[in-house]
Amino acid sequence: MSQKHLLVIITETVLEDTVIDEILKLGAKGFTATDARGLGTHGMRAGRWSVGGNVRIEVVGDEDLCERIVASLTAKYDADYGLLMYSCPVNLRN
Amino acid sequence: MSIEPVVLFFLLGVIAGVARSDLKIPPAIYEFLSIFLLLAIGLKGGVKLAEYPLASLLVTSLVVVGVGALIPLAAFPVLRYVGGLSRADSASIAAHYGSVSVVTFSVAVALLEQMGLNYEGHMIVYLVLLEFPALMIGVILARRGEAGMSRCGRLFHEVFFGKSILLLIGGLVIGYIAGADGITPLDKFFFDLFKGLLAFFLLEMGLVAASRIADLRHHGVFLISFAVLTPIMSGFAGILLGLLIGLSVGGAFLLGVLYASASYIAAPTAMRIAVPEANPALSIGASLGATFPFNIFVGIPLYWWFAEFVYRHAS
Repeated sequence: MSQKHLLVIITETVLEDTVIDEILKLGAKGFTATDARGLGTHGMRAGRWSVGGNVRIEVVGDEDLCERIVASLTAKYDADYGLLMYSCPVNLRN
Repeated sequence: MSIEPVVLFFLLGVIAGVARSDLKIPPAIYEFLSIFLLLAIGLKGGVKLAEYPLASLLVTSLVVVGVGALIPLAAFPVLRYVGGLSRADSASIAAHYGSVSVVTFSVAVALLEQMGLNYEGHMIVYLVLLEFPALMIGVILARRGEAGMSRCGRLFHEVFFGKSILLLIGGLVIGYIAGADGITPLDKFFFDLFKGLLAFFLLEMGLVAASRIADLRHHGVFLISFAVLTPIMSGFAGILLGLLIGLSVGGAFLLGVLYASASYIAAPTAMRIAVPEANPALSIGASLGATFPFNIFVGIPLYWWFAEFVYRHAS
């Protein structure tokens, strides 16, 4: 079985549905989303109400899938929205 | 006229925010409060709508929405050429001011109820109808001369099936079908608790507004003047229009409040999706950091005074 990667996408709550549609279209089998808050180049995202909040979306897949997602989201949203993505190799245990 | 006590909760929230208190309304409770307010306002309107003839509603709605559309169209050139803001920022702020604030409207309704005055149920229909044309106008103003309208599909979905419109219309229809007698089993919850829960909501809005005051400081005198003068002019225009289309003094006052209010729930989300290059700190800073507090503390008493003044002299 090929090495799996965990891709973590942290972005604005308003993009949650759009990003989820996008990653499923690109071939992800599933995802986990949680509300998030924090500080970054787009200022404090306190999560006090929907416009000011962030979402953290995690996807596990092969490296190729992660690359496709990163390329697609960067092209579409990186310029105008708060968007942070990182990945690391993981061992699936079940 | 005394100050409506619920607005003091907003002040308490601002003080807590500025003082960096650990007070925080959990997001789930905030969500619940907004759902409650939208449903309660819808239900109140629906029950009242049943008391008035519906025939006149179509024509007056067209007039109210048509005149309301002039607000973003007039605000845009002021922001763009007097304020020197970018096209996207001007369009986004114009959309916020053309759209309406349910909470400002709720405070005005609470005031009318405190004074024992009635208003037409039509107002809730206007509230729903005024919510979205300005958002469309904002997107068109931002995108003029560009092909990039691709995100409009999402915008339409967000606007028409977002919780604001869905719950307001849902409440309106349920209230209309139930009528004043049918709603009795629910009125303890939706009507008697209305003010108390509005107070909680305003406390949260105060906390959020406090975090937005800093945004305003960077953009100075022009934006603050815009955020205060626009609602006064739109509010007075709304009251005169109310007189013209034959609303009661309470109804005309509420129409003035609708025109004067700026959206900070539906519009920010819609503009973030459709005009992402606009800086949300500017539009939310102006609508929530300046216009909302101005309206609830100064605007609403001022619009009430003007409505009474106009109706006294007209009769």
